[in-house]
Amino acid sequence: MKILVCISQVPDTTTKIAFSDNNTNFNTQGVTFIINPYDEWYALVRALELKEGGVASAVNLVTVGKADAEPVIRKALALGGDEAIRIDTDSNDPYVVAAQIAEYAKSENYDLVLCGKESIDYNNGVMGAMLAELLDMNYIGFATSIDVAGSIATVKREIEGGEETDTSSFPLVISCQKGVAEARIPNMRGIMAARTKPLKVVAPAAISPLSTIASYEMPPAKSGVKMISPDNMDELVHLLHTEAKVI
Amino acid sequence: MSIIVLAENAQGSFKKKTFEAVQYAAGIAQNMGTTVTAVALGNITDAALAELGQYGANKVLHVADARLDNLNARAYTKALVTAAEKEGAKVIVALHDVTGKAVAPRVAARLKAGMVAGAVAHPDMSNGFIVKKNVFSGKAFAFVNITSDVKVITLMPNTFAVKKGEGSANVETLSVAFDDKDFGVTVKEVNKVTGAVPLSEAELVVSGGRGMKGPENWHYLEDLANALGAALACSRPVADAHWRPHHEHVGQTGGTIRPNLYIAVGISGAIQHLAGVNGSKTIVVINKDPEAPFFKAADYGVLGDALEILPKLTEAVKKFKETQH
Repeated sequence: MKILVCISQVPDTTTKIAFSDNNTNFNTQGVTFIINPYDEWYALVRALELKEGGVASAVNLVTVGKADAEPVIRKALALGGDEAIRIDTDSNDPYVVAAQIAEYAKSENYDLVLCGKESIDYNNGVMGAMLAELLDMNYIGFATSIDVAGSIATVKREIEGGEETDTSSFPLVISCQKGVAEARIPNMRGIMAARTKPLKVVAPAAISPLSTIASYEMPPAKSGVKMISPDNMDELVHLLHTEAKVI
Repeated sequence: MSIIVLAENAQGSFKKKTFEAVQYAAGIAQNMGTTVTAVALGNITDAALAELGQYGANKVLHVADARLDNLNARAYTKALVTAAEKEGAKVIVALHDVTGKAVAPRVAARLKAGMVAGAVAHPDMSNGFIVKKNVFSGKAFAFVNITSDVKVITLMPNTFAVKKGEGSANVETLSVAFDDKDFGVTVKEVNKVTGAVPLSEAELVVSGGRGMKGPENWHYLEDLANALGAALACSRPVADAHWRPHHEHVGQTGGTIRPNLYIAVGISGAIQHLAGVNGSKTIVVINKDPEAPFFKAADYGVLGDALEILPKLTEAVKKFKETQH
């Protein structure tokens, strides 16, 4: 079984977000980029476990990004994986990203495509479902556990107020979240090995975006906290009712 | 031309967020001078379907196939695409929840429609088709211009207050040519937490952090949540320490929620935690550390020991609730 893991590079979770050019561009100055946590902690680690368990024969990583995405994809290779593919373009339009990955993957006969449930920068959560559509595959979103026995995957996934267990044949796309695997830390051997692992750069297909980001805005600052005495909880309840109007 | 909205149901009845999605679609339709067609899937009564008219649906297309009672992304996609083509739809609306997130991107990819996931405002059509959404996990907003002819939007639940109006929708049956491939994913088992308010849908949330000192103190939070009718949440260290189950973890790497009221107890308010909750309309912070960064993001703050304050707050809530009857 061949597994493809989709890797996105995102600003570190502690990043203070700022914009430039009259709020039309995300200001990357001084920003540290990391592997999207859902891609790294859950999708990638589960793929590696499936290979270690003898279920998968190959685990490849794919990212859509310019050369500045290479340190992040090398970091992913340090955790494991056989080779990485970087599709040499960049876009904020989720359709372009999905279509670029699909163009590459459609002739590669992947049985299982894993991605995180969403990226922590644009929070779309659409990549898995779009890929499944473009590759004509089944899709299970928001998985909390993935098991493979023979030609069948058994996947637990989040539903409103609970959990569902699904089964599917392959090929299959799954988006992953907490529960699928436990985060790993790359060891020195992995970091050394990653340096010589193949990182193929693929020219992008001609795909036009269907959306563009016109501008950004910071949320309005809070007007200031109103402190309530711990001995006057009636006052807090009164304010929540009459002023905030939330109870 | 029409606006299509996926009217998802849970065991044959509509939840508030579905009405919110229909109302949102109706707002877009009004701006575009067109009508709203809701698409409902699976077993549901005609009376319940007609009720969608009270929230702005002009027509309901019902695909009455029992196999649609559970989510199957491929089959739902085919039903929505069939409806969209029949109606000549220019905009397709779904909710930004587990169902909408599984289906809407497939619909968008199939129709080559630009998509905004998690909209928090109506589209501005004065110069393009610009939709506001959260980015960077709630740390900022982006205004996304959809440039394709057909557009897909998922609406962040609990963005708009739902108002019930007059009106009744015409219900029509829609037949969809499903094949076996559309049901390629088999649902084996469904486990729902009964009785509790699902966190993602809760309007009121009570959340605990390390300041609660240990899982044995969670009954203080449970009592407050019960008195309010609120859902329970927690910070990441609490979930990582297994004081509480992981599905209660909210923050950048947990769930993102935007309730009307978020009460954070013993949570310092690290930037990653704030990212998951700063869409909340009102934030109350209870913490014994006056330097806790969460106070800067709060509307109301209480400085002191959580374990002493919580019973007093619970009592005050109970007293208030009694006066409301």
